[in-house]
Amino acid sequence: MSENDIALMGHLMRRAGFGATREELEARAAKGYEATVEELLNPEEASVDYLDLQRYHGWTWKPGTVQGMGAAEWMHSLINSKRPLEEKMTLFWHQVFATGVSKVDHYDELNDQIILFREKGMGNYKKLLLAMAQDPAMLYWLDNNENHKDAVNENWGRELLELFSMGVGNYTEVDVRECSRAFTGWTITPKLARFPMGRFDWFFEYRDEDHDDTEKTFLGETGNFDGEDIIDIVCRQPATAEFIARHLYNFFVADEPQVPAWAVTPPNDQDAIELLADTLLESDYDIRATLRVLFNSDFFKNARFARLKSPTEVVVGTLRLVGGAEFPAPGLGDLSRQPCYMGQDLLNPPSVEGWHTGAEWINSGSLMRRVNFTADLVGDTQRPGIQDMIRRLKERGATTPEQLVDGCLDLLGPLEVADESRKELVGFVSESGDVAWDTGENIAAATGRVGELLQLIVSLREYQYA
Amino acid sequence: MTQSNKDPVVVVLQMTGGNDYLNTVIPYSNPLYRDNRPVVGVPEGRVLPIDDKIAFHPEMGPIKSLYDQGNVAVIHGVGYANSPRSHFRSMDIWHTCEPDKLGTEGWLGRATREIDPNKENVLTTVSFGPSLFRALALPGVPVACVDDLDNYGLLPGITESQQRSRILDRFARLYSPVMGSSAVMDYMGQTGLDTLEGADILKEAPRKYSSTVEYPDTTIAAKLKGISQIHQAGFGTRILYCDHGSFDSHSNQTGMHDKLWKDVSEAVECFFDDLREHDMSDNVVMLLFTEFGRRTHDNGSGTDHGAGGAAFVIGDPVKGGQYSEMPSLEAKDLEQGDVVPNHDFRGIYSVLLEDWMGLDAKPLVGGSFEKLPFLG
Repeated sequence: MSENDIALMGHLMRRAGFGATREELEARAAKGYEATVEELLNPEEASVDYLDLQRYHGWTWKPGTVQGMGAAEWMHSLINSKRPLEEKMTLFWHQVFATGVSKVDHYDELNDQIILFREKGMGNYKKLLLAMAQDPAMLYWLDNNENHKDAVNENWGRELLELFSMGVGNYTEVDVRECSRAFTGWTITPKLARFPMGRFDWFFEYRDEDHDDTEKTFLGETGNFDGEDIIDIVCRQPATAEFIARHLYNFFVADEPQVPAWAVTPPNDQDAIELLADTLLESDYDIRATLRVLFNSDFFKNARFARLKSPTEVVVGTLRLVGGAEFPAPGLGDLSRQPCYMGQDLLNPPSVEGWHTGAEWINSGSLMRRVNFTADLVGDTQRPGIQDMIRRLKERGATTPEQLVDGCLDLLGPLEVADESRKELVGFVSESGDVAWDTGENIAAATGRVGELLQLIVSLREYQYA
Repeated sequence: MTQSNKDPVVVVLQMTGGNDYLNTVIPYSNPLYRDNRPVVGVPEGRVLPIDDKIAFHPEMGPIKSLYDQGNVAVIHGVGYANSPRSHFRSMDIWHTCEPDKLGTEGWLGRATREIDPNKENVLTTVSFGPSLFRALALPGVPVACVDDLDNYGLLPGITESQQRSRILDRFARLYSPVMGSSAVMDYMGQTGLDTLEGADILKEAPRKYSSTVEYPDTTIAAKLKGISQIHQAGFGTRILYCDHGSFDSHSNQTGMHDKLWKDVSEAVECFFDDLREHDMSDNVVMLLFTEFGRRTHDNGSGTDHGAGGAAFVIGDPVKGGQYSEMPSLEAKDLEQGDVVPNHDFRGIYSVLLEDWMGLDAKPLVGGSFEKLPFLG
């Protein structure tokens, strides 16, 4: 197996998952790239044992309105899932269908939405869109429970067109109105106040008497449309396939401009978007088929380190690398809040538009949080992932500053850094000379030196790229 | 760049989500208001009149009292032509002053560059909250983003001070510009260096601060308190930015809007009380804006996205009163059900930039717009 196989597998796993240990990369590279893509698309390993989580954190079963901690179960899955692409897709769809506790005020329903993404996220997009139109958290988030036959509420109808299908510029204000009318009567039950009994489960309910069944004209078609018809019509528009293709590209391949800019700014790689959009249309919106084309494409394989990690990728990727967070220990709730400190409050996006990605993840405060969190983790040399790196460095006989730097960069990715950065790292290690792995005392000193070097490496700009 | 503690300062409070104009600055005696707001209309007995036509929302008591002192300018009918009624597009337009094409440079980012062209002070502009608002974004212009003043610093986990300074020294070299690297790498490099420099200064702010004013326990009060601490610490910060929300009141508007304005009004009152107590209020003006107003007619529970809105400019230097005029609520005058803006938001920016900050507004907002005399 060549070094390039490992580097390419590292790339695939960072994008289609949250990175992998060296051991896993070696095992996957031995199986081959395309076989790994198939395994990711059709995972056979068991999912996370949620009952085990609840043994230790009873409150994660229906966290209701617990302040700020409702993403704990999801964080546990992100760290532990043996079905990395399935889990990555939950994050993808959460970033598209951004729904937040700030208004929904009901973590149970938001967690149900994440489960829905886990179950349907690689299936058919039309079905997912219909499931979202009937998802209680979404119905409440975009006020469709207040969308009545005699009092139309445009919130869901507008965002369906603007953010979940075609994008701004492909419909008129009349289309928004007509679309909203078609979803009247799509509501939730029961709507009980949270006090004094806490939160009740919500369910989708269709109320025929509150549905406007009269004629509508939407995107040039006329009929007594309901919500399902609208989703059918919307998915027949090439704009929808292109919009979803661009989302997939932005999330998995390389950073694109922000979503509101898509109406006026063309894609960075028009051919790639067309290929993905055509695949969506030809497969009748089969996401799995589209991902297969994406991961096996040259534009994907050539896009190493072409996009900035989201906060969740930073947190989960580093935790999976250093290990030690698999057991649901105390502090899981705080761990689930780490992406928030870097600007991505899971289950609580700033608005239905979701987060601005790419370079917009980075500002002085968020960069500081990224550096501090990851440096603390890799500096803890007792963690199993760091111990494994030290064992490998020792086996490779890495003693000089150059060998230590190259070894650590390799085991952290392999991570590609600018020559100037490498020189600085070597200079840093050189300040204290070579290390030795012979006596217990020397091994302890070498371990400390590696920890220090790893802290500097994860502070690099290059570490922010995936 | 010269600086003194009395250089003019702008504080922006962004009301994210589209604040409902007609329930904030209420045309309470206009029968058309009652006709359009059968559900979410504020009862006449609750409103806080400022004249025989217009009243403030009932939870705006503290702002009303600032208004009565002559320190609040209410600006009617603010917006721009052809409102897209999209939060995101509209907020971009407010941030970049580019209604026709996609802008990436923020108006206050440009102002920061004018104020401090040589980047002598990494704290010229501070954003309070976890994000860098596009209004402040401009490549190469430093903006400190702070969410917690007490814990602002790099690598606090490394407690051994010699080791920490060795690593931070190397960090600074690693973040220096690299030949031929990308714009994003350059941006991150600059951000890292600015963070390193700003951290040591900023953490002094809470230590220097004491006040008898007790801010309420709300998110917006915490942000304005942080802004007050930075202003009072005398770092030469000229632009401070924060947001509050969401004002996106499609449903159950009444209770929601009450709470939003209660929190904003109380926090704004504390902020100015705090500045006045320390004799630091005479060089601060605050702009409150939102990306659009909401539909004239309610939807049976709340209000959908609209066009024209209201903005406020508050502070001791402000010449209080009402500016521009409330657009007509007559059905024939509405555009797609919305009141039509009659004052371009870029005119407000122009007053703040030109008559307050002493900058040439035209290149910063992309043209000349009507300026109202709310700063004398």
